[in-house]
Amino acid sequence: MTEMTESARAYAFRRGWFRFRQSSLSMLGAVLVLAILVLAVIGPWIAPYPEHIVGGVDTANRFQSPSLAHPFGTNELGQDVFSLVLAGTRISVLAGLGVVLIGTIVGTLAGALAGFFGGWADEVLMRLADLKLTVPGLILAMAVAAALGPGLMNMIIAIALSWWPGYARLVRGEVIARKEEVYVTAARAIGASPSRVLFRHVLPNIVSPIVVKMSLDMGFAILTVASLGFIGIGVRPPTPEWGTLLSVSRSYMPDFWWTAVFPGLAMFVAIFGFNLLGDGLRDVLDPRARR
Amino acid sequence: MLRFVLRRLILLVPVLFGLTVMMFIIARLLPGDPVGLAAGPNATAEEIAAYARDFGLDQPVTVQYWRYLTGLLQGDLGVSIFSRRPVLDDLIAYLPATLELVFAAMALAVVIGIPCGLAAAVWRNRWPDYASRVSALAAISMPRFFLGLLLQLTFAMWLFWLPLGGRFPIILEPPPTVTGFLTLDALFAGDWQAFVTACRHLALPAIAMCLSPLATIMRMMRASTIEVLQQDYVMTARALGLSPRLIVFKYVAKNAVSATLTVIGLYFGWLLGGTVLVETVFDWPGLGLYATQAIVSQDFMPVIGVALVIGLLFMLVNLLVDVLYGVINPKVRYA
Amino acid sequence: MALLEIRNLHLAMRSFDGEAHVLNGIELAVERRQVWGLVGETGCGKSLTGLSCSRLVPTPPGRYLQGEIRFDGQDLLAMPDAQVAALRGTRIGMIFQDPTTNLNPAFRIGTQLVDVALAAARRKPEVLGGGGRQAAERLAVQMLDKVGIPNAAERMGDYPHQFSGGMRQRVLIAMALIGRPDLLIADEPTTALDVSVQAQILRLMRSMVDEFDMGVVMITHNLGVVAQSCTHVAVMYAGNIVESGPVRDVLMAPRHPYTRALMQAIPTRDTPRGGLQGLAGSVPNLITPPPGCRFAPRCALATDTCRAATPPLTGASHRVACIHAETVDA
Repeated sequence: MTEMTESARAYAFRRGWFRFRQSSLSMLGAVLVLAILVLAVIGPWIAPYPEHIVGGVDTANRFQSPSLAHPFGTNELGQDVFSLVLAGTRISVLAGLGVVLIGTIVGTLAGALAGFFGGWADEVLMRLADLKLTVPGLILAMAVAAALGPGLMNMIIAIALSWWPGYARLVRGEVIARKEEVYVTAARAIGASPSRVLFRHVLPNIVSPIVVKMSLDMGFAILTVASLGFIGIGVRPPTPEWGTLLSVSRSYMPDFWWTAVFPGLAMFVAIFGFNLLGDGLRDVLDPRARR
Repeated sequence: MLRFVLRRLILLVPVLFGLTVMMFIIARLLPGDPVGLAAGPNATAEEIAAYARDFGLDQPVTVQYWRYLTGLLQGDLGVSIFSRRPVLDDLIAYLPATLELVFAAMALAVVIGIPCGLAAAVWRNRWPDYASRVSALAAISMPRFFLGLLLQLTFAMWLFWLPLGGRFPIILEPPPTVTGFLTLDALFAGDWQAFVTACRHLALPAIAMCLSPLATIMRMMRASTIEVLQQDYVMTARALGLSPRLIVFKYVAKNAVSATLTVIGLYFGWLLGGTVLVETVFDWPGLGLYATQAIVSQDFMPVIGVALVIGLLFMLVNLLVDVLYGVINPKVRYA
Repeated sequence: MALLEIRNLHLAMRSFDGEAHVLNGIELAVERRQVWGLVGETGCGKSLTGLSCSRLVPTPPGRYLQGEIRFDGQDLLAMPDAQVAALRGTRIGMIFQDPTTNLNPAFRIGTQLVDVALAAARRKPEVLGGGGRQAAERLAVQMLDKVGIPNAAERMGDYPHQFSGGMRQRVLIAMALIGRPDLLIADEPTTALDVSVQAQILRLMRSMVDEFDMGVVMITHNLGVVAQSCTHVAVMYAGNIVESGPVRDVLMAPRHPYTRALMQAIPTRDTPRGGLQGLAGSVPNLITPPPGCRFAPRCALATDTCRAATPPLTGASHRVACIHAETVDA
């Protein structure tokens, strides 16, 4: 019995991997994401001017255009933009991961409980989620972030607060659908406890849509983090966050365009990578979205 | 039909009520010192206290909320600490600019996105499909504010083709207000010059705004067209000799659009919130810019007001979409 | 010359697991005013044979390996796409299984009928007698009337969901016949309907055959339907036609072991309790089909000769593809 499910799983995995590899775009996404994750870990160590990352300035070399010494040029404080962008990777990835993980954990628990037990918990949760749908997430996140004050952690909390209802909705819908499946009824019939049914029989079967949503949301979370930085609520300088970098260098734009363009491009590449990967994963993992 | 609309309208009330509660919780229970910020860094303790008294901020939260709610029923949305004007007046002044921008972006997205999605589905797995899919994903991944900056850099700063920002030059006389949409007002006044000026200001922000809904609409349209193409009735139509052109443009398109419509409704609300960044970049005097300024100065009455307006508009648009959905898809009954 | 003549048709379909050899030398000839029942279990290739008659099998994943589909003497497989498309609706009509999904839910049935009529008239002006949209509307009402829709003129403006299943199938029959085709392919036209409605639809189709002077290929898995409304029958198993001929001959004196097994699986009034016999085993995997006769693994009479080569379809009018056909008592 166990052997059979294992081999079925292995077969499904082989088949999925085959489909994933078929798509060169998905592979590009995977490579980009891998590169971003590596840079997030080692970025600050391989930066050519590590002193600039922690706030050091070099006013003698302000606004140098891109060159071999400064591939992305230097900014208004003479800092090496390349080093700042490299170091920004870690901030963005950390913030994105934080938002998505908190959103997933809180949302999955809330959604699973609401969907599994129904009743008033379900009512309250769904009304909250409806409410969230009507307020643009960015405005909500901005308001909370502004009230909590600047800082990476506060920003993560502010964004995650508007993030979990998406997961709660997804998980609730899936749980309600799975609850009626024959294997769940069978598990109940042989006397499995509700928590065993939920954690052993229902949740493992809805991992795929959650993983797909997480991957697609990573890009979106990074975007939201950068948006808050751009508006000026969020991470403050000297912490090199991409949105903040962009917002500061905006005022030097036509002549010293490199100070704005490179952080923006980094943002785009990172978000694009996660979206490519998420899209590819969805094609493989989510049979309903399959074309 | 009428009963359906009425019921949905009544259902708006508790949601709007919930919205005010939620925003009040954020505004009052989280740390933050709006009065201190508004009074300025050099204000004395007495000055700050006087400030708080003026705006009722010395009262307990429940009392503040009750005052707000009773005011709301009389059309009073409170007073902005910063601009010192009634929030309602501010909203009325800023709303048309945002709506004009959103409608322009949405129109672009629909007009370009739907045919592109249809084409991608029909030429599925051939080069037009690949090209449109990659560019759609790239468009979704492009931060709107960065795109806005790039557009400014290229078309306003280097090529000098289009204005850098704003909605209408201050030195010119704007057309008399009818709808609040400068482009339409200019047309009503028969002022061609003003119309062109308004359009030139609208162009860059609208393009920056439209890219991501365009891509989403395109993807949605592609997916639903592919689904419709696999339906039995398409096979029947083919087997009975209808031309591919008639099948795609008449039969498939209608079915696919009705599925895409829901996305358009959802995106409308998203766009209203999404104006925040684009309005900041282009200095567009709308709700987003207003909300941003209010949030940065922790001035919460305007923020609640903006959230209410956007929430209300969002729900109204969704209601409209549901009604339209029924018109396109005769099987839907209004239960 | 037969109206439709399929010769040695081989079709393969690609899938993740490999290429399946789904049609393995189909032989079939249909004359005008003949109603051929194509029977077999799910997955035996009967629907693909039907779709092939109008070249509606998507390629890829499908691939025709060899064979001919001659319609009026011309090979469909050798024709350019546009020429095949021109035959659809005016020469070859089609009816599919599920009437709930084969009408577009977003359009009035009148619109759909009129569009089919107009498309047909473009290639065959006599359909509308040279008339335009108004003539098409008149013809649509006439056809609805003919297939037994009451108040036909008023119901033109109704949407599909306002009709019952049986009525929808009548609408689809009207739509398939509005272009006056010579050949009608009906893929399980009654399977999705209530038993009481099935008989009505079959009677309707039967009455249309003589009126329109057409040949019909009716795909079904129900031998009762065949006995009731077909003149000829072809029994399919795993991509082969194993037995074919006039209904009376085949059903009264089945000669292929598979046909005999099928007949034994039908309950009759005289079947004793517990006397109904199923067929042991299952349909072979078509990606790596067994060599020789594809029925051999399930056949009680199978010998080494059976497993060596596919037996050809032999005989004059009652044809059978089995080397043991003689030993099976007739």
